[in-house]
This record gives sequence, structure tokens and C-alpha cells, in this order.
Amino acid sequence: MIPDEIKTLPLVAAVLEALPEAVTAGKLYRGELTVEIVAEKIVETCHFLKHEQKFVRISTVTGVDWYPEEPRFEVVYHLHSPERNERLRLKCRLPGANPEIDSVTGVWRGADWYERETFDLFGITFRNHPNLRRIMLPDNWEGYPLRKDYPVTGDRV
Amino acid sequence: MSESDTPGVTVAEPEPAASEVDPRPRTLVLNMGPQHPSTHGVLRLLLELDGETIVSAQPDIGYLHTGIEKEFEVKFYQQGVTLTDRIDYLAPLSNNLCYCLAVEKLLGLEIPPLAQWMRVMLTELTRLNSHLVWLGTHAIDIGAMSVFLYCFREREDILRIFEMFSGQRMMTSYFRIGGLALEPPRGWQKPVKSFIDVFPSRVDEYEELLTNNRIWIGRTRGVGRFPLEDMLDLGVTGPMLRAAGLKYDARKAQPYSGYEKFDFEVPTRTENDVYARYLVRIEEMRQSARIIKQALEGMPDGRWTADAPHVVLPDRDKMKTQMEALIYHFKIVTEGFRVPAGEVYQVIESPRGEVGYYVVSDGTAKPYRVHVRGPSFGNLQAIPRMVVGTLIADVIASIGSMDFVLGDSDR
Repeated sequence: MIPDEIKTLPLVAAVLEALPEAVTAGKLYRGELTVEIVAEKIVETCHFLKHEQKFVRISTVTGVDWYPEEPRFEVVYHLHSPERNERLRLKCRLPGANPEIDSVTGVWRGADWYERETFDLFGITFRNHPNLRRIMLPDNWEGYPLRKDYPVTGDRV
Repeated sequence: MSESDTPGVTVAEPEPAASEVDPRPRTLVLNMGPQHPSTHGVLRLLLELDGETIVSAQPDIGYLHTGIEKEFEVKFYQQGVTLTDRIDYLAPLSNNLCYCLAVEKLLGLEIPPLAQWMRVMLTELTRLNSHLVWLGTHAIDIGAMSVFLYCFREREDILRIFEMFSGQRMMTSYFRIGGLALEPPRGWQKPVKSFIDVFPSRVDEYEELLTNNRIWIGRTRGVGRFPLEDMLDLGVTGPMLRAAGLKYDARKAQPYSGYEKFDFEVPTRTENDVYARYLVRIEEMRQSARIIKQALEGMPDGRWTADAPHVVLPDRDKMKTQMEALIYHFKIVTEGFRVPAGEVYQVIESPRGEVGYYVVSDGTAKPYRVHVRGPSFGNLQAIPRMVVGTLIADVIASIGSMDFVLGDSDR
């Protein structure tokens, strides 16, 4: 699954050595590295990347909905290391029914609001998140607007 | 920061004797915003106070959420440009630029030098525009009324330049996928030159009003400090980081749109307080002025759009004389242009910090997903870390030094 030219990149090689089971795929597109991670291993991988590989910043966390394909959701993490001057994209795939993943707020506190936003707009639950509430929409809102089966326009009130 | 189900009720410790117990709660919850003038938009802050000290703070955002990310998915790529203006309404061209760069990266388009330099020049004017609004309103918040009038005098000049280029003062949408929307107007050099010739002396004027002003220093020095490690951890970017000593600027670190050809410094300070953030932004204005001057003097000749007829609308006169141009025009307007499947994350340095556009394409003419990483969203997250333990009187100065735009955080 992981192409050879990706495997030999120092960063990917380091992750593969430390957590051989975590990586399922990798891609280099337009100079940007994407690594797919097993959803259960995301916290471990992030912890390793932050403390061993100097990715001290998380730039953003978001989701992509591939409805009606399965696994339906992707959670996308953009990591940044000012010291290495490198960016890295991590991806986890989640099923359409009860999408759940561990929160990385324990690694970067800055993931807090991004995970809340992803929860708010995609309905993806982040386990062990300290304050998983809606952030953009009112608390009593129904549905998750950025899902592909959510309508763009509604009836006029 | 602790959360309570019944805000405002905490029990004092250690427990005093029964006769001394004051039945009134020790802390007070103060609701600041969403219509508070000093929150610069619709930010709501729930402050829990013990006397004048802040015990906990909870920012509440979302009042300006307009579903822009969803809107992108039903528009053609070229139509999305107009949405980016509305995200950060004080730096519309920075957002135009980031979105265009992301889509151009997906398309693999080569942008001609004139368009690149023009983009740099106008984005730096945007930086001045944004910093001027910040400086004026920040000074008003702290009590220096007159600075605002000086700043808006220069801002008006910048808005006139924007109007000359694009026909619009604020929602310019002047950068399009593949280059610029219109040919630069004839004689554009004159107003830009007369502005940039006097601007450095105007910055001296602002500094004269503030830099050695005892009240200004008293209100800002030593205020709003928190360690750099926490800033990085919490997602703070931009001048805040540079005022804490981290010499990081995306224009230098990962140059885009030809920034590597310009000579400028990245100002940093180490004091890490509101005053240092002020000094950093003042110096950034001087550096932006340098960049604009270089762009003005070295502006290359040539086309303002890429040589990609399937993406860029043809000139009007060609459309009326050439069948092919007419067909391309019809196709782009009615069915857009297809973008190869893939995904990119483009980052630029906006006046407020790191702007990132994550664009996913599925090979059709509409983006499958666009995620906007606004710098204000990351910065706002750090408010509790910055203000807890400080005095209520310093809150305005502290949050003002972040320079956030709520449209940018709520989208």
C-alpha cells in the first residue's frame, strides 16, 4: 500500500520504525506529504510526531465526507514544524455509522476547537475531548451541515 | 480554567468559621459581548471574576457563522473567489491570494511575473490596511482617540488604490485563478508611488503619538504575557509569535507568489507583551512599505493572466472577434473548468497570521471540500490562557493585541 518512494522519506521511515502498524498508506502529491494512519493509533502517532519529530504545531483538524462511499469520513490533521520547516498531513478513515476517534487534545491543546468544529459540522465524535460541544452552531441545532447529505438550501420560513 | 454548572457559585477555601461565612458568592460572572465595542465584532467572553482578578474565561464564538465552507461546494472554482473576501473582511486580498494559490497548485498553473508581483504588492497594501485598522481601534480601546483618525486617513488612500484596481473598496476579488481579474489600470503607479513615498513618515507620526507615550506604555507593557511554548501548542500564529521571539514568517519560510525575490526583514521582539506586539506590527508596516516600493520599481511587463484558455476568461475584444475565445468564455461561465482530483493545503502569511486553504478536488468543476484555517480561530483559542489571573482592566488591551476578525474565525 505504501509506495517505495514514500517509505524511504526520513520522516515516514521514522514513523514506520517506531509504529510499524500505524501507517496504512502514503502519498506525495504536489510536494505535499499525506500519511494515512489507523484510527486507533492516531494519538500514539501524534505523540511521537510532536515529541520525537518536532511537529510542535497543529495547524488544523477537519473532516471530509465521501458519502455514499465507505468508509465514509476522513479526519484530516495538518501538522507543522517551524523548526524543520515541514508540513505533514495525517488522515484517518472512519465509518459512516457512529464515527468516533480519539481526541488529540492531549498532545496539542490547540486541537480543542478544531475538533469541536469537526464535531459540530460533521458529527464526528472525539473520545476524551475535554469539552465536546457545538462551537459554531447553537446547541439545539439538528444535523451536521458539512455532511454531503445535508441540504444546501432549505424551505423558506 | 474550571467549568461550573451554575456559573458564579464557588465555595471559598479554607472554610471559615460558621459565623464568618458570607452567604454571597465569591465570584461574579461577567458577560462581555457579543455586542461589546471592544471585542471588534461579535465575540462573547464569559469572564468569571474574583474582585478584579479573572478566575476563568470562556470565549463563545459562532455568531458570524455563515456556512462559507458549505457554500464553496456548490459553486464553481472561479466563483469561490468572491466568498474568500468575506472571510477576513479586513484582509480580503490575502484570502483571495491563498485560495487562488491553492487551486492553481491543483491545476499546476504557471502564473506570469506581472501577476505575481502585482499580487505581492496588493497583498502588502492589504497588510498595511489591516494593521492600520488594528492600530486605530486598539488605540481607541486603550484610550488614545486621535491615533484612529491618523490611521484611517492612510487607510482611505489604500482603499482608493483598491478601488482603482478592482472597482471595489473592500470586497475586491481582484485575484482570480490564473492571474488577475482585470488589466492593471493605466497610470496605477502614480497613486501607489505618492502613497508609498509619504507612508514611512506617517508611521513616524503614529510612533510619535504612542511609542514613548507614558499612558500607552503603562497600559501595554508587561500585559498579556504567556509563554511561547503555550502559544505554539494552542495554535497562535502571526505577529503574536514574532513578539514572543519566534522568527517565523511563511513569506520567508515557504515563499509563495515570488516573495523570495523581495528583500525584507522579519521583525521580532522578545518581551512577549502587548507593547512588543505593537512594536512588531509597526515594524511590519515599515517592511511592507519596503516590499511595495520594490514591487513598484521592479514591476515586470507582460500578461496579467496565465496562458490557460480553459481556465482564464478571454479578453473582451477577442471574444467578439474569435470563435474559439467565445467558446471558451461560454464553457467557463456555464460549466466552469475541471480541476484534477487531488488535495492541497496552501498556507500564506496574512496580517493576522497563518491562513491555510485545504482544497479537495474530485475532478469536477466544483470543489469537493474547502476548509479554511483562519488565523483568528487559532488565536482566539488562547484567550483563556492569556487573561486568566490578570486584571479585568487589562482584558481589553490583551485581546486587542491579538488582532482577530470574527468573520475569519466563524466563517
